[in-house]
Amino acid sequence: MADIINFTIDGKECMAEKGIFILQAAKENDIYIPSLCNYEGVKPQGSCRICSIKTNGQFVTACTTPVADGMEIENNTDEINDMRKSIIELLFVEGNHFCPACEMSGDCELQALAYRFQMMVPRFIYQFPLREIDARHPKILKDQNRCIRCKRCIRTIKDEKGRSVFAFYGRGKNIEVNVDPVLGSKLTDKLAAKAIEVCPVGSILPREKGFRTPIGQRKFDHEPIGSEYKH
Amino acid sequence: MSKKITIEPVTRVEGHGKVTVHMDDNNNVIQTRLHIVEFRGFERFIQGRPYWEAPVLVQRLCGICPVSHHLAAAKAMDVIVGAGTGDGLTPVAEKMRRLMHYGQIFQSHVLHFFHLVSPDLLFGINADPAIRNIIGVAMEHKELAVQGVMMRKFGQEIIKATAGKKIHGTGAIPGGINKNLSIEERDHFLKGEDPLNVDKMIEWSLGAIEFFKNYQSENSELIDNMAAFPSNHLSLVRKDGAMDLYHGVIRAVDANGKKILHDVDPQDYLDYIGEEVKSWTYMKFPFLIEYGKEKGWYRVGPLARLNTIDFIPSPLAQKEFETYKSYTKGKPNNMSMHTHWARLIEVLHAAEMMKVLLNDSDLQKNNLETKGNKVYEGVGMLEAPRGTLFHHYRINDQDLIEMANLIVSTTNNNTPMNKAVEMVAKEQMNGHAIITEPMMNAVEVAIRAYDPCLSCATHALGKMPLEISLYNKNNQLIDRKRK
Ligand code: SF4
Ligand code: FES
Repeated sequence: MADIINFTIDGKECMAEKGIFILQAAKENDIYIPSLCNYEGVKPQGSCRICSIKTNGQFVTACTTPVADGMEIENNTDEINDMRKSIIELLFVEGNHFCPACEMSGDCELQALAYRFQMMVPRFIYQFPLREIDARHPKILKDQNRCIRCKRCIRTIKDEKGRSVFAFYGRGKNIEVNVDPVLGSKLTDKLAAKAIEVCPVGSILPREKGFRTPIGQRKFDHEPIGSEYKH
Repeated sequence: MSKKITIEPVTRVEGHGKVTVHMDDNNNVIQTRLHIVEFRGFERFIQGRPYWEAPVLVQRLCGICPVSHHLAAAKAMDVIVGAGTGDGLTPVAEKMRRLMHYGQIFQSHVLHFFHLVSPDLLFGINADPAIRNIIGVAMEHKELAVQGVMMRKFGQEIIKATAGKKIHGTGAIPGGINKNLSIEERDHFLKGEDPLNVDKMIEWSLGAIEFFKNYQSENSELIDNMAAFPSNHLSLVRKDGAMDLYHGVIRAVDANGKKILHDVDPQDYLDYIGEEVKSWTYMKFPFLIEYGKEKGWYRVGPLARLNTIDFIPSPLAQKEFETYKSYTKGKPNNMSMHTHWARLIEVLHAAEMMKVLLNDSDLQKNNLETKGNKVYEGVGMLEAPRGTLFHHYRINDQDLIEMANLIVSTTNNNTPMNKAVEMVAKEQMNGHAIITEPMMNAVEVAIRAYDPCLSCATHALGKMPLEISLYNKNNQLIDRKRK
């Protein structure tokens, strides 16, 4: 039998299997820690930092840090939540996220997090980068305005040999995620649908399908993201 | 030396209107201009976006009648996805859209009349602006104010039931609609508790027409003469000449009622409609090509529609239409302030049409979408509350929009609004060298007969060339800058 360890989150006694990541351990104890770049079933990479928690006075990412016996975790505090909110704001100002005309509005995790953390006007200056839609692929559109470079697509969508169909191009602030020109043909209908699903924002779009879900039936129309958790 | 007088800003007109008046040495008005200083740029920033985004994106042009833009763009996209030019949608899709549109006409007209115009009528156009507003109406004519608020609410709830949201929804998609109307939603409007049901809306619409007719008979001097001028009139009409605010062919008549544009297909509008750009405003000036820039301008909106159509296909509105027509002995009505009368007849028509649609079981059907062979260009037209709306798009073979041309109602009415302002200015200002309060008010009221909203009409970012020319006193050009 696996080792069961004890730890606390915001003072609440919790138990989990030794060695699992804090994000998972919190989930098993019905406690919400926000996440964005993490995608269940795929190796975590800890890039967005939205899941940051504090333990031993230090910020660590819950999706990549294993839970340990006796750990005291701070999660839902003003300081941590404001830090999370600032990350969301940074993501908004860094790209061009015009929710009013986006077909993923209501189904978008970034937008849902912004609502949950009550983002109003970002504290940072909008960058308004010049980015475009790449519509060359026959099955999907890649709207670079909205990509948050979480790599969920790169880590999830693989051909039969395990090669990533999506990849990074360019460097620094001009880095872009796009379909690999050679492996692009490997994007079957099924994989394309999966890519659209794993993308947390509206950067990978289906062709000619937008706005089919009426307002009121979209994922986050009625309850904020994370509402399925008790705490 | 001539003097230039500037009046700004125009209150209770959304967006910024600026009027300039040029006078000669004897204080006679020689030229007036209504300047639209806002700049929207939708035609430019829709470029490069996927075509199915257009109906949702371009509706942001307007906060009062977004549904009109939403539907006009969707109609253009119907053409693009091969769902035909007006006859290809499934019954549920077509009827849901019509319901959305009549809800929109209803709420927008009600807002225009009750909230924005009724204060001028109830308190007089020279009353203190502090009471000449909807709050003043609520204080002194409570019943009327309540009706205005509730009627608007009814229209907005129809929009919500069809588009998902009261403002800026998503209902119409290329080739169809994304939801039908549930029985509960339908019954909410048909059998809702008083006053929020469609029968009450019809009753109150009739009451509003009565109110206006009485007002007009007591104040015919003002209502008949203010900014009255002959013009051409243009609108969509149903193929049989009936009023149809959602779909039809383009017809224009002249000031005497002679047909000058003979029921042409919206897809061919470019063969008949030209647009002139002038250096002093961002708004273009549309005209009928056959008659040229000078003679080809026209009016759109309720006044124009009641001049172009042969009849209204709903009984109560038809009866009111006959009374209205008899006032001008069957001839076109060229009196700007009668736009309000025409508007209220349309309010009644919209209420009657909503009732017909709500009773139609097609609204509960499930086949929401049609698709055919894709084409790369499409035009969507409809009659928005304030007049004819043209949306024209071209896409590339990657589904991205590469060209958009939008002619909105206010743009169509650009010349008429300038005419109305000029008439009022001459009447009020000739012989005076200062701007008086009544002058300001009269200009404002004349604009409001056409439009409460100017901001939607300047949307051509990057297209409008700006040229500044400098002349010396001998009228010689000494410098010119372009951008
Ligand atoms: S396309 Fe979507 S899933 Fe891929 S990196 Fe960008 S935001 Fe993440
Ligand atoms: S979810 Fe943990 S860093 Fe992104």
